[in-house]
Amino acid sequence: MTTRTVNFKIYRYDPDKDERPYMQSISVELDAKDRKLLDALTKLKAKDESIAYRRSCREGVCGSDAMNINGKNGLACLIDINTLKQPIVLRPLPGLPVIRDLIVDMTQFFKQYHSIKPYLINNDPPPERERLQSPEEREELNGLYECILCACCSTSCPSFWWNPDKFVGPAGLLAAYRFLADTRDQATNERLDNLEDPYRLFRCHTIMNCVDVCPKGLNPTKAIGKIKDMMLTRAV
Amino acid sequence: MNIPVYKFDAVIVGAGGAGLRSAIQLSEAGLKTAVLSKVFPTRSHTVAAQGGVAASLGNSEEDNWRWHMYDTVKGSDWLGDQDAIEFMCRKAVEVVVDLEHYGMPFDRTDNGKIYQRPFGGHMSNFGEKPVRRACAAADRTGHAMLHAMYQRNVKANTQFFVEWMALDLIRDSEGHVVGVTAMEMETGQVVIFHARAVIFATGGSGRIFASSTNAFMNTGDGLGMTARAGIPLEDMEFWQFHPTGVAGAGVLITEGVRGEGGILRNSNKERFMERYAPNAKDLASRDVVSRAMTTEIKEGRGCGPHKDFLLLDITHLDPAVILKRLPGIREISIQFAGVDPIKEPIPVVPTCHYQMGGIPTRYDGRVMTLGADGESVVVPGFFAAGECACASVHGANRLGTNSLLDLLVFGKSAGDTAVEDLKAGHAHRDLPADAADKARARLAALNDRQGGVSVAEARAAIANTMQTHAGVFRFSDLLKKGAAQILEVEQMVNNLEIKDKSQTWNTARVEALETQNMIEVAKATMISAEARKESRGAHVRDDAPDTPEFPNGRNDKEWLKHSLWFREGNRIAYKPVHLQPLTGEPVALKTRSY
Repeated sequence: MTTRTVNFKIYRYDPDKDERPYMQSISVELDAKDRKLLDALTKLKAKDESIAYRRSCREGVCGSDAMNINGKNGLACLIDINTLKQPIVLRPLPGLPVIRDLIVDMTQFFKQYHSIKPYLINNDPPPERERLQSPEEREELNGLYECILCACCSTSCPSFWWNPDKFVGPAGLLAAYRFLADTRDQATNERLDNLEDPYRLFRCHTIMNCVDVCPKGLNPTKAIGKIKDMMLTRAV
Repeated sequence: MNIPVYKFDAVIVGAGGAGLRSAIQLSEAGLKTAVLSKVFPTRSHTVAAQGGVAASLGNSEEDNWRWHMYDTVKGSDWLGDQDAIEFMCRKAVEVVVDLEHYGMPFDRTDNGKIYQRPFGGHMSNFGEKPVRRACAAADRTGHAMLHAMYQRNVKANTQFFVEWMALDLIRDSEGHVVGVTAMEMETGQVVIFHARAVIFATGGSGRIFASSTNAFMNTGDGLGMTARAGIPLEDMEFWQFHPTGVAGAGVLITEGVRGEGGILRNSNKERFMERYAPNAKDLASRDVVSRAMTTEIKEGRGCGPHKDFLLLDITHLDPAVILKRLPGIREISIQFAGVDPIKEPIPVVPTCHYQMGGIPTRYDGRVMTLGADGESVVVPGFFAAGECACASVHGANRLGTNSLLDLLVFGKSAGDTAVEDLKAGHAHRDLPADAADKARARLAALNDRQGGVSVAEARAAIANTMQTHAGVFRFSDLLKKGAAQILEVEQMVNNLEIKDKSQTWNTARVEALETQNMIEVAKATMISAEARKESRGAHVRDDAPDTPEFPNGRNDKEWLKHSLWFREGNRIAYKPVHLQPLTGEPVALKTRSY
């Protein structure tokens, strides 16, 4: 089988032994079966087991292996290795504290997700069977519910970098609109109140990095716009 | 060395579908519950389930739980316990409706009800013709379900320990389960979780095979811990090879594709399933379709330069249907097969997908072991649900969409049973003095060993041994060889060395610990498979062929029984199949055909 050598520069930092982070130059032999960046990382790890990164499903649905790849956030399992310029530069997601190597502390990201009450609120006693929803009403949730919480979007957003504690960020706001758009949810006012704040929602300056990097092709900026519309309509 | 002790009413290990469903029951009952997970809950492998969850809602055509039960018993090749199967099929409507109430975004019918599609082996009127029973959210059912259940847990204030790996089960001198040891991945710290109830929901172990649809983390941790605690593993010879993994990549393509009208073709463009299953065709049971595909390839009708895959064709479907009902599949095909299925068929091969066996449980979620006289007895304080458990509802072969149903029904029932136990209110039993010894010894050995075997090497040895010796078709000589070889591989695993000694997010250490769990699953599989001298469901061997005396090679006189593999002594015992349902007449034994 024909093999090829691929060169990497990888951000390395292990607080147990490194005084400061450094970039490790390393290369790996790949064969024709290795198509995705994650395939290459798996081989790299067999060579140097100390390289730490998260990964699980390897098909772009669990959201574990988000990282900064040649300057752009993405999922290692979905990026074709042949499309990347060498040396391939891998860094942890920007804007979050690094725990080790390519692993970041996602506490702040999930805190923002949790802050929008990411669950259906409906205080009527549940009916015996399913609540009804027309196909058109259900269609409103498309492009919203598919989020995999990989954090590619929020960690590419300058507003999130500056105010990760105050700005909900694109992922959290996409989730907020997913519930606002659900005909079964009754907490519209409460949800809008929760976002009516100079930072939580309005720090979005439609830079649209989130749209550019979303590995699922979702559009948080559009969802944020719709929340803003709902606020305007409510204010009138 | 002092180890911190965290005290909870209940500890759930695993935050996939089964763990999250149990957690809802416990948290909403106000019990102090810890959920441990190697990954953030929504990254659990339930997220990758695609096609649907079975429930006889009857939203698009007539259906009822008795037909579902019949299909499941038949699908299991009569190895499933009929009391558990009845329990599951009757509860199906309730647990699917629960999900809808949690906010799960199911697709809808024109009259606003949950959308249902046909799936393999699910038929109306006791096997007559395919029925729409799989409740679906596009082809992202698992994702929609897992997120909805995580969200419900956020609402219920469940306490999660994210990126913690459970190491070993703690049993006291009377055999009661009183907790687990676990390691926080970020810091390497080991802690004892002391509990009155422990629920395992650790998922599958498909990574023991070289070609698998499973996530990297599906390493059978719960099975390894259970086996090391002296509790047997049930029916481990039965592994499901899903007919449609993307050739080369292994990524799953849902059976829902065939449910929406997809057709399997060989190199002659022939719809070959018509020859193997004249009635159900492409929607026959998974073991049947995978064997047919393997036969087509073996007989030279595979596609591609090496004639080593088949084609899943949906080019005849309306592109609008593909975009609406199968958008994720289109993404996967483009990403991993390099083809747009609207224009070109998808190259597929049978790929290891699901473990029918597991930790022996009853339908109330309690873990069972064998007593001194060979009778089934409860392991007090211990519950299991989902893919890691064997209730047994899938028997020798699982029907598509019954896995999501299994984790909902038995996750809920394990949770309910644990709530009952806990409300009955016995105190925490004392921790044994050696509670953390096993886990500590494993960690110390890994840290101290030099000149051993690397994790990558040991894992490759496990995966290749399993793939070669225990695949879609099984051969008596290969089974014998494999059973011996896996014990040699065990020596490699006993000699694992990690060079990385860091305490911070040491993924090498985590992978080594996982490998120690994988080898238990691999041994259980090889030994149980070698021992079962008949063909049944997914276990089909060359020396048990189809004969008039034993149709399909199945031998009910000698082998209508569950295997139990014990780690201690590497031995097998057997226990009877529950042929008696909870109510009504059993589904009578019959030759299986589709």
